[in-house]
Amino acid sequence: MATYDWVFDTLGLRDWCEGAGGDAAPLSMADLIGQSGGGTPDRSIWDLPFPSMDALNDACEAFPQSREVTRGLEQGFLDVKDALSYVLDPVTQPLSWALEYALLAFQATPWWVMIPLLAIVIWFVSRSAGLVAFVAGSLAALAFIDYYDYAMQTLAVITVCALICVLLGVPIGIAMSRSDKLQNAMIPVLDMLQTLPPFVYLIPLIFLFSVTEPKLYGIAIILYAIVPVVRLTNLGIRLVDKEVIEAADAFGMTKRQKLYGVQIPLALPNIMAGVNQTIMMSLAMVVIASLVSAPGLGVLVLRGIRNLELGVGLVSGLGIVLLAVILDRSTKAALARVNAAQKH
Amino acid sequence: MADPKISIRHLYKIFGATPKRALEHVKAGMGKSELLETHHHVLGLRDINVDMQPGEITVIMGLSGSGKSTLIRHLNRLIDPTDGEVIVNGENIMDYSEAKLRRLRRENMSMVFQKFALLPHRTVLENAATPLIVEGARPRDYEAEATKWLDRVGLEGQGGQYPHQLSGGMQQRVGIARALTSNSDIMLMDEAFSALDPLIRTDMQDLLIELQRELAKTIVFITHDLDEALKLADHLVILKDGEVIQQGEPQHILMHPNDPYIVDFISDINRARVLRARTVMEKTSADPGGLAGTVAPDATLESVIAKSQGDTTLSYRVARDGEQVGVLSMREVVKALVPTDAAEGGLRRAS
Repeated sequence: MATYDWVFDTLGLRDWCEGAGGDAAPLSMADLIGQSGGGTPDRSIWDLPFPSMDALNDACEAFPQSREVTRGLEQGFLDVKDALSYVLDPVTQPLSWALEYALLAFQATPWWVMIPLLAIVIWFVSRSAGLVAFVAGSLAALAFIDYYDYAMQTLAVITVCALICVLLGVPIGIAMSRSDKLQNAMIPVLDMLQTLPPFVYLIPLIFLFSVTEPKLYGIAIILYAIVPVVRLTNLGIRLVDKEVIEAADAFGMTKRQKLYGVQIPLALPNIMAGVNQTIMMSLAMVVIASLVSAPGLGVLVLRGIRNLELGVGLVSGLGIVLLAVILDRSTKAALARVNAAQKH
Repeated sequence: MADPKISIRHLYKIFGATPKRALEHVKAGMGKSELLETHHHVLGLRDINVDMQPGEITVIMGLSGSGKSTLIRHLNRLIDPTDGEVIVNGENIMDYSEAKLRRLRRENMSMVFQKFALLPHRTVLENAATPLIVEGARPRDYEAEATKWLDRVGLEGQGGQYPHQLSGGMQQRVGIARALTSNSDIMLMDEAFSALDPLIRTDMQDLLIELQRELAKTIVFITHDLDEALKLADHLVILKDGEVIQQGEPQHILMHPNDPYIVDFISDINRARVLRARTVMEKTSADPGGLAGTVAPDATLESVIAKSQGDTTLSYRVARDGEQVGVLSMREVVKALVPTDAAEGGLRRAS
């Protein structure tokens, strides 16, 4: 006899329990252990089980087991999946195209164009000769050990994803800064996106999209990396000096003038810090996303793990570190220039 | 007297969740502390009535928490009142739509802030030109006008700098230039000089007086500094706990304070430097004979004492443009230097 028989007996639900026939539910591991133990174990108060779904199922077979919850969730997801992908597929298709074209462009450009081009871009954002030399040197080193193509794939993916993160994240952050209600609604969502283990994003996405499509890993990276830019845009705009905002109002600025002329420029250091974090996080995710066919250095890391190729794994890992350092230093240098321009 | 430029009528401001309900209690006579205790609302302003004349400097003085910064923000509706009217140029601005309010802020009013509130990412020139840029002016349109006002406040050749490269006093000069560039006839100054050190503050006060002599704007000036208030004010309003406790001509308030709070306030000032001959003199056009000389009505008592060499038996003729307006005896001058006690003569209502 199970511990919680009395619950159903006192509620007069025994008929319902028996009536269900009951053996439909598959056996859980606990059941099997219970059966192999044979008979009813002696139960002391110390062994009192929590009235969980499984414990109640022991007492009444019509009561659902706890695995029904996960199974129900799965079933529910499968049921809405078609409708969902009917909507999401066309909406996210441009992401696939963007990723494909970016990959193509980054790889089709010959190295003797790409490396100087990147050096020039770095020069314009940072104005630091040292950084330019470091970037050119690192890329040359990667190219020398024939990791150039992989590095460019990673760079292409990050460029597209970080760009989309900024394009979506900054307006969301602005909207949040304007409405406390939206902020209160968004913060739990952002918290969840930030703390959910990255692998968990991949599970529903695999159901929704085909693994061969670039948008699968694109979405995973964007969801993971968009959080900091949203948060810091919101924070940055909220932190703009109240008196400056008052001055803007007192001189009759419209909302739009205030946003573009005062709030965004003054929040720029924070927004840039958010962009920096977003790029770093998309770099972290691009490795994990190689599980779902994201190209780049992550694939080599994965190969290192799968085939126990220690050297490949380590070198490509270091390559990612190098990319991270390049991206971090360039965005930080840009941030420092923004900061210097508007010291208080 | 001409119609007031700005007229505040029965203005109430209550901070809290349901200010309208709390307003009824306040109108029924509930005090600030009682309201906070029983209804958890903060009484910001209670029944403010002030008329501000065109071309005058109206100084609103009070200690921190007296509601003076709240009050000035009602004049351009950075804060909306709970009840009451603000009438500017004969129109109640509480009825204004958002677009009309923006017009008012762009064309009729400009504001100078305590912490300058300049835009750190724009140059001094662009900051000074803010009112024109808001109107959509291109650099070549605003450059001349903004440079003119920057030069006027003593910032020749600084247009290309960024605000953080300037000292506090110079930053506030940019703030004043910005307010002047809008060519509005009303200037709101919220503790404009409070963040500056004393010498620079005196400079800025002199600058303001000089500009005012030239431009004759309607200026509303907030301060917690009595010396500053007395130096600048044509009309002085003293606020305490969100209520006006006395308003009028500053000289009159000095001679006839109607509240112990004001007596406390004015007990520390140098009366000889603040009081004027016209305030203390006996108004008469008759010549009593034996006058030691002539002084101007706006001469400070300090200067009169210096002139008399401390001889208290003398009397002076007070004359404006050569015409006698009164007689000033040195005995009265010395008597006026003793602070007035509000309780002594009973409470005398000013203006």
